[in-house]
Amino acid sequence: MHRKLNSYFIYTGYTLLAVSILCLITCIVAYPYTDPVLWGWSGIGLLIVGSLCVIVPDRLQAHVAQQNNQLWQQDATSRGWSAWLLGVVLTGFYVLLYWFPETLQGLILAFEPLSQWLRNKPSDHWFVYGALYTLAVLLMGVYALLKYRNNRYHLIRTCSVIFFQLGFAFLLPGLLLAFNQPEFYFSYFWPLKYDYLFPGTVGYLIDNGAALGVFMVFWGAVISFIATPVLTYFYGKRWYCSWVCGCGGLAETAGDPYRHLSDNSRKAWQWEVAIIYPILGFVIITTLLLWANSWSGGTLFGDLSGGFSSAYGFFIGSIFSGVVGVGFYPILGNRVWCRFGCPMAAYLGLLQKHFSRFRITTNGGQCISCGNCSTYCEMGIDVRWYAQQGEPIIRSSCVGCGICAHVCPRGVLKLENGPRENRYAGTTLINRDAVNILS
Amino acid sequence: MKADQHVVVIGNGIAGITLAQRLRARAKCRITVISAESATHFSRPALMYVYMGHLRQQDIIPYADWYWKEQNITLLHDHVEKIDTDKKELQLQKGQSISYDILVLAIGSSAVYYNWPGQQLKGVQALVTWQDLELMQQQTIGIKQATIVGGGLIGVEMAEMLQSKGIEVTMLVREPLYWRSNLPQQEAQLVTQHIQQCGINLLLQDELAEILGDTDGRVSAVKTKTGAELPCQFAGIATGVKPNISLSKNTAIETDKGILVNYLFQTSCKDIYAIGDCAQFREPAPGEPALEQLWYTGRQHGEALAAILCGGGTPYKRGPWFNSAKFFNIEYQTYGFVPRDWDEQHYSSLYWEHPGKTKAIRLFYNLRNSQLVGINLLGVRYRHDLCHHWLRSNYTIHHVMQELTAANFDAEFFQRYEPELLRQYYQQFPEQQAPAKQHAWWQLRHRFSLFSTTPDNC
Repeated sequence: MHRKLNSYFIYTGYTLLAVSILCLITCIVAYPYTDPVLWGWSGIGLLIVGSLCVIVPDRLQAHVAQQNNQLWQQDATSRGWSAWLLGVVLTGFYVLLYWFPETLQGLILAFEPLSQWLRNKPSDHWFVYGALYTLAVLLMGVYALLKYRNNRYHLIRTCSVIFFQLGFAFLLPGLLLAFNQPEFYFSYFWPLKYDYLFPGTVGYLIDNGAALGVFMVFWGAVISFIATPVLTYFYGKRWYCSWVCGCGGLAETAGDPYRHLSDNSRKAWQWEVAIIYPILGFVIITTLLLWANSWSGGTLFGDLSGGFSSAYGFFIGSIFSGVVGVGFYPILGNRVWCRFGCPMAAYLGLLQKHFSRFRITTNGGQCISCGNCSTYCEMGIDVRWYAQQGEPIIRSSCVGCGICAHVCPRGVLKLENGPRENRYAGTTLINRDAVNILS
Repeated sequence: MKADQHVVVIGNGIAGITLAQRLRARAKCRITVISAESATHFSRPALMYVYMGHLRQQDIIPYADWYWKEQNITLLHDHVEKIDTDKKELQLQKGQSISYDILVLAIGSSAVYYNWPGQQLKGVQALVTWQDLELMQQQTIGIKQATIVGGGLIGVEMAEMLQSKGIEVTMLVREPLYWRSNLPQQEAQLVTQHIQQCGINLLLQDELAEILGDTDGRVSAVKTKTGAELPCQFAGIATGVKPNISLSKNTAIETDKGILVNYLFQTSCKDIYAIGDCAQFREPAPGEPALEQLWYTGRQHGEALAAILCGGGTPYKRGPWFNSAKFFNIEYQTYGFVPRDWDEQHYSSLYWEHPGKTKAIRLFYNLRNSQLVGINLLGVRYRHDLCHHWLRSNYTIHHVMQELTAANFDAEFFQRYEPELLRQYYQQFPEQQAPAKQHAWWQLRHRFSLFSTTPDNC
């Protein structure tokens, strides 16, 4: 009876989602012959109702231990044709957004009333992107809250990422514009938001934002250089990556059904360190060069460093974090950008590895090597490697999402903070290998 | 162990593979591991997650191929036909023969069938091996009902697996409650209720009489001793396992239920050892089992034998018992020994149960000297190293209660229930004083040196 009602809701939900997609396509393609606001908002309204009709009964009818049933047997979550289709659609959306925004004119106009209301400014493609991004975090946030409903760590953490995305990355920047202040994201920092400490941005904020602008510069610098090391010392990288960051917020909500697709081979780890640290180095050098250039009055490099930074913005900011990072969720997993590209993650990771109280403790000799932890680690860490040897897991890439501890069928793992003394020491209840995976 | 010696291990389960790994950490000898079941070591307790689609087959393989190559451990996927103990040679099915200096039998166990009528029908099977998993995947496609025979740990796993495919499951349990043969009344009651709430039909105090088939030779129903007839298209046999001993037939290796060994794991044949599920201790120490058939004990046997073979080992001594399992949503941990029933004159326990009937803690102790004997945990996690330390150091219940809050291993922000247990304790023992300060886990860990920094104890 219950089950029947559930499937009725789910089928209705899928139908509504199909209609919603038709509305949105009409909004984009049939503009200027149709009313973009009508079609756009019909599409979005149906998207919200349809998603909830699918998500809520689907998650509630399964126990917490059953939430991953069939994940590797269903087409959409095991790189089947529907996963590829979704990947192509998402990637296509990013391509249009970055390089052909004029094709999205219908959608941009659909968001005009919301933009005027929130920002007192005309809508643009970045506003559309921000609104859809926030909507994805909200809707799939419901999914994550229901999926992990017995676990307070995940409930609080999911509420936190939703709060920061909605408040700090969507509403607040909009309100700032409404009050004629510079648009500023209080939840993104250098080196992720690399230009926040570039001389050009700093100058612009101070000139255009007056006292508030000075505060913004101060805020960004304090978080990057003081709060980040302090918070990472106490809690590990997770305070940012899986509690605050918007990229992390999307990965933990919309990306959650794809977390098991992250590659956890040794090869993938070798690629990871080979890419992410050079990117951090690149951001640091570019920032230093820009300041040197600015202090020398532009005589040192001319516009060379400006070209440097715009090249970075194109290759890393656009292609990597957007097109590959999100577009390939259904194929490569949900943390490709965070793992291979994000300079903030590299910075936090170095702190976490060498200067933090955080670790994931393995409970004595209890591991049964089942592999749930390694498979569901979105950062592709081979958690089992350490757990089966009774060692704590301390990896620079670990974002502290806590899913390894959640999916472990024997309760072997626990994220915790404690003194740094003997932080790497394993249990005495098991003999272990001295093999270094990365070497 | 000399470099030119050849150690051959039959069986790549947790016992055999741990032995090979730990031996490699200590010695340069040649090591070959032979298995007929799979090309490489896999996690047997994880088979259920492959069936349910949480994992793929490759995900339950803990060590990638590069590891065995770099560790210089040879893995052979072949069946051993015969052991020639005089020539110290093994006859293989695919390969020809292989000689050994030291042979270790880690050939595991297999399901017990009690000669029920109809047990050979299609759709009747156990779940122990990789092949069993593949068979179960085939045999349960599109079926509606299944019966599980046996109320133990494999039984509940099979029930959960089948249910994940929308199959209606009935479990036949001999005892009045699920796993009552191991759990005290209250814990068994709690778990039984939970399994029922998860939608499993439990037929208690009943046993299998006969399996009925249809004209195609496929199971169609299960008949119980009380006369009930349960229609089903699949019958899972989960009535326990017995050691594999057939390989030692026609050799001088003595067997009983299992392959007989002493606490150095030596069989009756020189240079042949047996560990894990297949081994049976010839003269078990008082109160200790002759057969130890857990994942964890398999690993401990492997570790101990590696030390023994390298000359640094002492006779195997397991230390405090521990085990863990999961019943649908409820995790189970046990440390030390909590019997199913006890004499109230000599033993007592502190027991707390969540009103939601999903969590319970039992601290079981000896009344005479107040010593902690065992801990049962349902839905709550405790620190293994701390519990192990308490049990090994003969802590009294009073001593344990002083440190209890540090033992909790539940995730951050979870509700802690130790205060409720402590309240109960102080009511029962009003003369006891609460400690001035509760220590944190890391303080106790430091005080008792519960960490090792050496990569291997050799």
